[in-house]
Amino acid sequence: MPGLEDLYREIILDHYRSPRNRGELPPPAHKAEGHNPLCGDEITVFVQVDGDLVSDVKVSGQGCSISQSSASMMSQAIKGKSLDEVRALVHRFKVMMSIEEDGDDADTPAVKLGDLEALQGVVKFPVRIKCATLAWNTLVEALEA
Amino acid sequence: MSHSVDWSAVKADFPVLQRRIDGQRLVYLDSANTSQKPNSVIDTMADFMRHGYAPINRSAYRLAGEATDAFEGARTKVQRFINAPGAHEVVFTKNATESLNLIAATWGRANLRRGDVVVLTHMEHHANIVPWHMLAAERGIELRWIPLTAQGELDLSDLDRLLKGAKVVSFTAMSNVLGTITPVAALCKAAHDAGALAIVDACQYVPHNITDVQAWDADFVTFSSHKMVGPSGIGVLWGRESLLDAMPPFLGGGNMIADVKLDGFTCAELPAKFEAGTPPIVEAVGLGAAVDYLANIGMANVRQHEMHLTSYALDTLTNRYGDDITIHGPRNPEVRGAVLSFAFRDIHPHDISQVLDEKNVCVRAGHHCAKPLMRLLGANATARASFYIYNDESDADALADALDGASDIFGL
Repeated sequence: MPGLEDLYREIILDHYRSPRNRGELPPPAHKAEGHNPLCGDEITVFVQVDGDLVSDVKVSGQGCSISQSSASMMSQAIKGKSLDEVRALVHRFKVMMSIEEDGDDADTPAVKLGDLEALQGVVKFPVRIKCATLAWNTLVEALEA
Repeated sequence: MSHSVDWSAVKADFPVLQRRIDGQRLVYLDSANTSQKPNSVIDTMADFMRHGYAPINRSAYRLAGEATDAFEGARTKVQRFINAPGAHEVVFTKNATESLNLIAATWGRANLRRGDVVVLTHMEHHANIVPWHMLAAERGIELRWIPLTAQGELDLSDLDRLLKGAKVVSFTAMSNVLGTITPVAALCKAAHDAGALAIVDACQYVPHNITDVQAWDADFVTFSSHKMVGPSGIGVLWGRESLLDAMPPFLGGGNMIADVKLDGFTCAELPAKFEAGTPPIVEAVGLGAAVDYLANIGMANVRQHEMHLTSYALDTLTNRYGDDITIHGPRNPEVRGAVLSFAFRDIHPHDISQVLDEKNVCVRAGHHCAKPLMRLLGANATARASFYIYNDESDADALADALDGASDIFGL
């Protein structure tokens, strides 16, 4: 069994204890609610899009250390990025979670996961992948809303 | 009759509990979710498939006759186990969820009209909420809710008003979150006094207590095999003969008909009327073996064992962790089963169960299919440890020890 230290990395616990970009944004910010029906975790993602740019993002809701830290790191990572970069980041994250294939698409902007790589260990705990991806799926829904 | 039980021998009857993961024993505390299976159930099912399997109720050869006897024998065992008046009132379903859906879809559709009142409680499982919501959307029935006290028991102070004009009172005999055992017989009487039917979701109750549907004076009782050391895939609906007879059928198909013509059909007698298609034959035989296993221990002994374990676990956890642990539900083991939902030091239940898993301590984390109750508790999830016949004090100790690990990681 992989050790818990693979899962609960210090940077994850830091984001869990002090989540960044907590709160809400008023309309016309995009908004979507996500639920993890297995465990009852709930998350709401607010995204302010100005032109092609994600100018602000806020996250509210409750959840476990993995879902909350993933949301917090995601909010930092996408703020100020272009929509194409955000989509590329979503893809890179899901590749890391082993739920999307790594395709060679020349049009995709190069993006770095940075701190988010701390969540890599989640893959060794398959039941927690849903926790890690909750915020990301909700982000995609918000952008489509 | 009470006799002394060798509980370590009971534990040894469950082969999965001999398994070691990472060199450590398994501490299975998720029986309110689903129970483990003893050798007798596993062997009975395997033997039946090896030597006795055949269709039931429809073939003349001896093998089929034996299979039919085994299948119907299981029904009779269940009848005796819950003291039902007749075996034909015991309907095999997929699980308690299907049993409750069957009642709402057949009796409910035939008898409930716009504005009719169905009374539920605030501690119901989704299986006893959503079928009524579905009927409400279709029929415009009104749902009322019996509230809870601060101790997590039913608040019956306003029961007369809630039951006024009600057609149905449908309630759990034991909460899967709080462990609360409800006053079933009193609620059945109150329902009848108000002119309503009494439906008892006994899914958490039957595996752990003496069940007597006649003493309860209930109208319908539902439960699942998989929570009572039997296989998954089979459940029970017991109903009064007069009610079952008057209800329209649920699923249509083979076995449930007396005759089929181009312009219609007539139903078979009970219980076949509600058992369309080839039933879970092997599972029924397994359920029969599960009932034998539990009856052999004696349900009074099961209840005594679990009351002791509940008290021990409550004391152990509160003595060790004090205000750092909040255990939901009644403190009095007389009115609670061995289900402990808890919050621990602000650590999310998912994280708790992850850390406990490192010590092979298996608990449920989540909303337990009871979201209205979770909202009432002000939590969107809890961790839940539930005990059964194969658990002992060392399992409660293992839970308490493993919780320390959660504190270490989260630095609380």
